[in-house]
Amino acid sequence: MYPDQFEFHRADSVSEAVELLADNPDAELIAGGHSLLPTMKSGLASPDALVDISDLDGLSGVERNGEVTHLGAMTTYATVADDDDLWEDATVVAEAASQVGDRQVRNRGTVGGNIAHADPASDLPAAMLAANATVHVHGPDGERSVEIDDFFQGMYATAAGEEGVVTGIDVPEEGENTASAYVKKPAPASGYALVGVAARLTFDGDEVTDARIAANGVMDHGTRLPAAEDAIEGESVDADAVAVAGDAAGDSLDEYMVMEDQQASQEFRLQLLSAYTERALETVGERAGHM
Amino acid sequence: MATDEREGGSDRIETVEADDVDAADILGSAIERQEDPSLLTGEAEYTDDIQLPEMTHMAMLRSQYAHARLADIDTSEAEEMEGVVAVFTAEDLDVSGALPVGWDLDSLRNVDNPIMVEDRIRYQGDVLALVVAEERYQAHDALDAVDVEYERLEAVTDPSDALAEDAPVIHEEEGTNEAFDWDIGDADDTEAALEAADNVVELDVTNQLLIPNAIEPRAVVADYDPSDDLLDVQMTTQNPHVHRLLMAGVIDHPEHRMRVRAPDVGGGFGSKIHHYADEALVSWAAKQVERPVKWQATRTESYLTDAQGRGHETHGEIAVDDDGTIRGLYVDTKANLGAYLSTFSPSIPTYLYGTLLSGQYEIDNIYCEVTGAYTNVVPVDAYRGAGRPEASFIIERLVNRAADAVDMDPAEIRKKNFLDPDDFPYETPVAMEYDSGDYHKTLERAMEAVGYDEFRERQEQAREEGRYLGIGFSCYIEACGIAPSELVGELGAGAGLWESGLVRFTPSGTVRAMSGSSGHGQGHDTTFSQILANELGVDYDDIEVVEGDTDAIPQGMGTYGSRSAAVGGSALVESARKVVEKARKIAAHQLEADPEDVEFEAGEFQVAGAPDRSTSIQDVSLEAYLAHDIPDDMEPGLEATTFYDPSNFVFPFGTHVAVVEVDPDTGEVAFEDYVAVDDVGNQINPKIVEGQIHGGIAQGVGQALFEGAEYDDNGQLVTGSMQDYAVPKSFHVPEMETESTVTPSPENPLGVKGVGEAGTIAAPQAIVNAVVDALEPLGVDHIEMPLTNERVWRAAGGGDD
Repeated sequence: MYPDQFEFHRADSVSEAVELLADNPDAELIAGGHSLLPTMKSGLASPDALVDISDLDGLSGVERNGEVTHLGAMTTYATVADDDDLWEDATVVAEAASQVGDRQVRNRGTVGGNIAHADPASDLPAAMLAANATVHVHGPDGERSVEIDDFFQGMYATAAGEEGVVTGIDVPEEGENTASAYVKKPAPASGYALVGVAARLTFDGDEVTDARIAANGVMDHGTRLPAAEDAIEGESVDADAVAVAGDAAGDSLDEYMVMEDQQASQEFRLQLLSAYTERALETVGERAGHM
Repeated sequence: MATDEREGGSDRIETVEADDVDAADILGSAIERQEDPSLLTGEAEYTDDIQLPEMTHMAMLRSQYAHARLADIDTSEAEEMEGVVAVFTAEDLDVSGALPVGWDLDSLRNVDNPIMVEDRIRYQGDVLALVVAEERYQAHDALDAVDVEYERLEAVTDPSDALAEDAPVIHEEEGTNEAFDWDIGDADDTEAALEAADNVVELDVTNQLLIPNAIEPRAVVADYDPSDDLLDVQMTTQNPHVHRLLMAGVIDHPEHRMRVRAPDVGGGFGSKIHHYADEALVSWAAKQVERPVKWQATRTESYLTDAQGRGHETHGEIAVDDDGTIRGLYVDTKANLGAYLSTFSPSIPTYLYGTLLSGQYEIDNIYCEVTGAYTNVVPVDAYRGAGRPEASFIIERLVNRAADAVDMDPAEIRKKNFLDPDDFPYETPVAMEYDSGDYHKTLERAMEAVGYDEFRERQEQAREEGRYLGIGFSCYIEACGIAPSELVGELGAGAGLWESGLVRFTPSGTVRAMSGSSGHGQGHDTTFSQILANELGVDYDDIEVVEGDTDAIPQGMGTYGSRSAAVGGSALVESARKVVEKARKIAAHQLEADPEDVEFEAGEFQVAGAPDRSTSIQDVSLEAYLAHDIPDDMEPGLEATTFYDPSNFVFPFGTHVAVVEVDPDTGEVAFEDYVAVDDVGNQINPKIVEGQIHGGIAQGVGQALFEGAEYDDNGQLVTGSMQDYAVPKSFHVPEMETESTVTPSPENPLGVKGVGEAGTIAAPQAIVNAVVDALEPLGVDHIEMPLTNERVWRAAGGGDD
């Protein structure tokens, strides 16, 4: 299809981008363009103006300080997925990035654009929730940090708001006793997650002392699964505990809000959620050497 | 999920360069496709690549609703927009503008199929208005400014709903949605056979609608020269001459002042056979604005307008005795035809379907009834396989059910009922005469390759461990190269199904060949050059094959139905042989010998028993054009044309076997193995055969597991883009082990059968049979395609209903 006409602004700084967004209420930020452009081409989105931040310095790249890994918002999926250290430090994030789209998409799409767009079926939200990331947002009132648990608010809605620019994401490094994984059931047509489950477990010996488990594709935004977390905490990751946690995965969700579309009914999505929660926990258990 | 790294099978056929092949072996060698360098480097020129001076762009306004009255349409605002050259609606049309149907049936209710609608909208793809503008974006922007008032009508999308008494009638003048009622075989005998048999097993299946998905969406560039009334059309077509003939009538332009060309065409799978409104409108508009006009469908536009395939609701009954002997087959099908009749749509669910219902088996009694239904979906016509996949699917599913009913192994029941090699030619109870075959051989090779006996042991073990493995057989038959013309005329075809081939030597001894086939990715330049190099004894590189141009080629019927090798290739063989005979007379004249004493081998004419008295066909060619010293009463020149009309169809066959593991918790189907043993007759180029089988299987996997055009209750296409319609990706397709046997066809000089559709025909029922076999311990006896994870999960007992 052919997008409608729009104005095009190239921002020279983050503050200018924030100003341009404030001045153009129907404007959209464009970074890698791999979420926005398909919706414009299909007619689902018709912004009056685009604010291009793809040339801004300092927004892309991976930095480390020994405690957190900072991902600049404009860092591509490919950079994240190909970062060997990140596979060590925050496996779940690297693994989720490696499962986004295809190689062409991963070479252009950006991690900041992904979470700012907040597509409920995208791969990074659950991974960032499991990794307990912190999002840096530059808005009209200046810069602020948002805990990931407070970031996703609804379908395509985040705490960054309409006028905020996501500038980077801090991902805490997994310690020695922590392991993580992302497993995904892709929709056969789009490759987006019918269900994607991210899990990060911290162990004391065989026992899980802390669990962060989250899902994509099930609710209107990436969502923690507290019932599954409760089920596995205090347990060792064996087949029985994994099965109990898988069964519990949907318990904390409002059933009526579970996504339903031509690809999968609510009932089947919850079934997939259980199965993929089990697979995620098994994978983490194997990585931690406990299964 | 490792999506990017896959290892190629180790048993793939290696290609060779033509230079490395002995002349005597050129036919049957896996020569590298000469088409590929330009396709792979972007040098190929597709329709949308064509740029002409002063060219304009066209966009078409289609309907928001699948069924409605067009109450009012106002284009005044669009006409005023920047760059807009013209806006047209149906009332501007000054030509007949009615799309013809090329196949008649006795009971057919033919209906008007206008290129732009004036009053009644019958599917979303109907054209309400068109915009011609300087730039493509301007044309699309102007569409949004056309104001349309609709009066919505109730829609119907399934054939059984459309045939129900209270259904909204789509063509009111007909008073019914029944498009035709057709049957084949003997009803009484079949009924008696079913009554007499020990068992009758029934099955209801839906063979879903599929979107063709050629990689290049349809496109047209038309250029009109008013000074000599010449209309030059370049378009995505599988049959330029057929398009020229049909379009001449639709837009009232003399056929001899029209040229239709196919530039490089990116696939078709049948969807570029048919004459659509679009090419007629682009051509007509070019005459109106007297400037070149280009139209390129978007992918979504293709999804809304390309004729879709399949769309059957079928009830089948198979009669089987306790010893496994199949006694009879009854099939009742409701076929979705969509909103109008597409070019060859009446033939697909009738003569290309009911006639194939005997499969590979000796079944004495078969009766098939088909009711065609108009609905509010896009017209349904030929899509890779076209009728034959539907036939093979219902037979192969029913044979599996029959095996279950008599507690027989699915391979054994097939062997028990196969035709034997000495049964050929074999006349089926459904009007076909099979040319040749050895069905035991392909099944046995496939069973060996898949390790059948060992598999059953593993399956048993796996079941004890709570794992579900399954195996599925598909012993398919197809019919290619539909012919002869006299017969297809009797069956209702509005066309002959011959092919033309012209072979022309140049004076310097190289060859240009013109074929009425029209390849769109198949590799005809390569295979036809191989055929001619073999016949003429000239170098492969000294042959140029020309297709896809009504000005260059005498006539043509085009490429579809796996006909190009059997019919188009044979036309070239016959022309080459005529050329050789003329050249032999010239050589004899030059060598002062009797033509009967002049032998021809590897491009050399030689007097028998006198090796020093010889001349090459290249030298003869020069003599033919010099004409200084050729036999009296002979015309100069060295070329020949053949209109080859085959004596019969050809019947490829084979066995495909799928081995799967099914996870009942998630409904996921994983391939463990896929073996294909195909017999497509003699092979001109085994690499091209292999590629066709691979691609065909991929499309069959798509139908079995992923694909399906979905419409909502209002007739709106829900799977309107590749985000929603699952064309299989590389990682969805199993590793395949492909083998062949060779049973030449006696019907044509090449002994070839056809391979373009074999994989697509064979694969779906192999996969469905395998999944059903895997879940047999859970009481599963059928699952409808596509076997989505959710359907499989529910069939295996998951979910509340």
